[in-house]
Amino acid sequence: MERVSPVISAPAMAPNRPPIDWAGIIFTALLSAAIVLPLIVVGTWAFTEVWRYPNVVPQQFGLRFWNQTLTRADVWSALTISLQLSTVVTLLSAAICLPAAYAFARMDFPGRTVLFFSFLAGHAFPKFGLLIAIAAIFLQLNLIGTFWGVVLIQLVGTLLFMIWIPVAAFQSVDRRMEEAARDVGASPLRVFWSITLPQAGPTIAAAVLLSFVGTFYETEGAWLIGAPGIRTMPVLMISFINNQMVIQYGAVLSVMLWVPSFIALMFARRVIGGGAFARGFGG
Amino acid sequence: MSVLKISEVSKIFAGPTVAVDKFSLDVADGELVCLLGPSGSGKSTLLRMIGGFERPTSGLITIDGEDITHQPPEKRPTGMVFQSHALWTHMNVFKNLAFGLKLRRLPASEIKQRVEAVLELVGLAGYGGRGVNQLSGGQQQRVALARSLVLEPKILLLDEPFASLDQHLRERLREEVRDIQQRLKITTLFVTHGQDEALAMADRIVVMRDGRTEQVDRPDIIYREPQTPFVAGFIGTMNLVEGEVSNGHFKRAGFAVDMPIADGPAVLAVRPEALDLTAAEPGTARVHRVTDYGTHGLVDLDLRDGTRLKSMVAHPDLFKPGQGVDLRPQAVSAYRDNQRAYRS
Repeated sequence: MERVSPVISAPAMAPNRPPIDWAGIIFTALLSAAIVLPLIVVGTWAFTEVWRYPNVVPQQFGLRFWNQTLTRADVWSALTISLQLSTVVTLLSAAICLPAAYAFARMDFPGRTVLFFSFLAGHAFPKFGLLIAIAAIFLQLNLIGTFWGVVLIQLVGTLLFMIWIPVAAFQSVDRRMEEAARDVGASPLRVFWSITLPQAGPTIAAAVLLSFVGTFYETEGAWLIGAPGIRTMPVLMISFINNQMVIQYGAVLSVMLWVPSFIALMFARRVIGGGAFARGFGG
Repeated sequence: MSVLKISEVSKIFAGPTVAVDKFSLDVADGELVCLLGPSGSGKSTLLRMIGGFERPTSGLITIDGEDITHQPPEKRPTGMVFQSHALWTHMNVFKNLAFGLKLRRLPASEIKQRVEAVLELVGLAGYGGRGVNQLSGGQQQRVALARSLVLEPKILLLDEPFASLDQHLRERLREEVRDIQQRLKITTLFVTHGQDEALAMADRIVVMRDGRTEQVDRPDIIYREPQTPFVAGFIGTMNLVEGEVSNGHFKRAGFAVDMPIADGPAVLAVRPEALDLTAAEPGTARVHRVTDYGTHGLVDLDLRDGTRLKSMVAHPDLFKPGQGVDLRPQAVSAYRDNQRAYRS
C-alpha cells in the first residue's frame, strides 16, 4: 500500500484542485470596480461636509446635509408621490399586461406577431421625441401637471417589460403540467390559478419588480408631463443639482433613492430565487 | 367494471393530415391493451382523444356505455400518465397526489389516508414531503402513476411512460406497473413504440400504422402469426424476402421454398430462429458476419443477389465469414397484397 499510494494520489488529487481562473477573477474585479466604486464615492459624499482636492479621504464627515434635506417638505412630498406613482403604475400595468401576455403566449389571433413586436416600438425611437408628441396630446386633454397624466406616460415605459417577460414565463410553462391538472379534474380557470400562475410566478414577479423600480427612477416622462404640479424624487434631484452645485444634496438624494430598490432587490432574492431573471429574458 | 369502446374514431389535423383513421377497439374490463406502432402512427393522438385532450373529428368513445366523446378532460373518468411525468414542481409529492382529491372536496383525513395508501402501493411510502425535483426519474414516474391511481379512474391511460428512463429501470418499472394493474384490475391503455414493452405487459396488442389498425391480438399470436408484412417486420426480427412464386415454389436468387399458392409475386417471412443453416459449397448463400451473443449466435447471410438475411444459430463457432451455406427454413409465412397468403 505504502509504495503504491504516491503514484495513485497524484492524479487522484488533481480534480480537487481546479486551475485558478485568472480571466474570471480579473473580469469579476473589473466588473465590481465599475459597479461598486461609484456607489462608494456617492455614499461617502452623502456623509461628507468638507472634501477638497487633493485629499483622498474627506476632511470632515457629518450629517448636516441629511438634516437640510430631510427637513424640506418638498423632499417628503416627492418621495410620497414617487412611491404612489410606482405602486399605481405597477398595479395598472400588471392588470393590463398580464392577461395580454397570457393571450400572446397561448392564443392565436390575427396580427399577433405584429402587435407583439409593436411593444418594442416605444423603445425603438428616441424616447424624448415620443414624449414631446404625447405631451402635445396631453396638453389638449388637460393631463399636463396631473398625477394621472404621469401615470399614463409611465405606463408606456413599463409595457415592454410587463409584456415580454411574462410572455416568456407563460410560454415556458409545460403544457403537459396543465393537461395533467385538467386530467385530475381541474377546470381551465383552476388550472391557471393553481398550475400556470405558480409556475410562471417567480419570473412574473421579476417583471413586476423591474417595472416598479424602473417607474420609480423614470425621469424624462415624469418631468415633461408632471411639471410643475407633480415632482417625483428623480425630478427633484435634478432641480436640486441644477439650482445649486452642491454635490452632497445629490448624494443624499441618491442614497435615499437606493432604499426602495435595495428593499425590492432583497425581497426579490427571497421570493424569486436564482435563475428567474435569466429565465424571464429567455435564458 | 369498466369497458372502453372506441367506434370509428377519426382525427384529421389541419393540413389536412389524417392522424387517426376510423379506428375501432373494445377494451374489456381489467384488460391491459398496448397501442404499438412507429412514430406518427397515431397512437398518442388516439390516447389523447380518449383522455379528452384532442377532439375526434368523427366517431364515438364510450366508457361503460356513457358517451364521453365531447366531454372535457376534467369530467372524464380517465387518468393519464404522461411521458414527461408532468409533475407540478411547485408542489411536493403529497400535494401532487392530493390536488385531485381536494378538487373533489374530500375531507382532509380521507385525502391523507388515500394518498398514503397509494404511495405505499407504488413503493414510495414516506416520500410525501419530498419535492418532486428531489426524486430520481423512476421515482418521478411512480409519483405520476400514483397521481392518476389515487383518483381511482375507470380507465388508466399511459403515454409512453417509460420512454425517458434507462433500459434497466424501464424493465423494472414495467413489471411493477403490470403488477399494480393486475392487482387493481384497472382497465388500461398503454401507448409505446417499444415492442419489448408491449410483448411483456399487454393482454392484447394493437399494432398501428398510419392511424389504422394493422392487427389486434394476444402478444404471442402477434409474434407468431403476423397478419401483414408490416406487423411481421415491426415485431421482433424478421427476414422479409420479396420473390416470385411459380409452380408451387417461392424463388429468389437461387433460394427456393415450397409454397403451394397461385403463381405471382409474394413476400416470404421467416424468423432468424426458424432459419437453419448447413455448411455447403457453393451453397445458396454466403456468410457475411457471425456475432456471438453468448447464449446464441446471429449469422448475417447474403443471397447471390446480395439480399441480406439473418439466422439464429446455437453454435456460432461452426460458421465463418465467406463460407457457403444452404438454408432450411422451418416455418415460413408469405404475404401477397398486404395479406397473409400462406403459412407452413
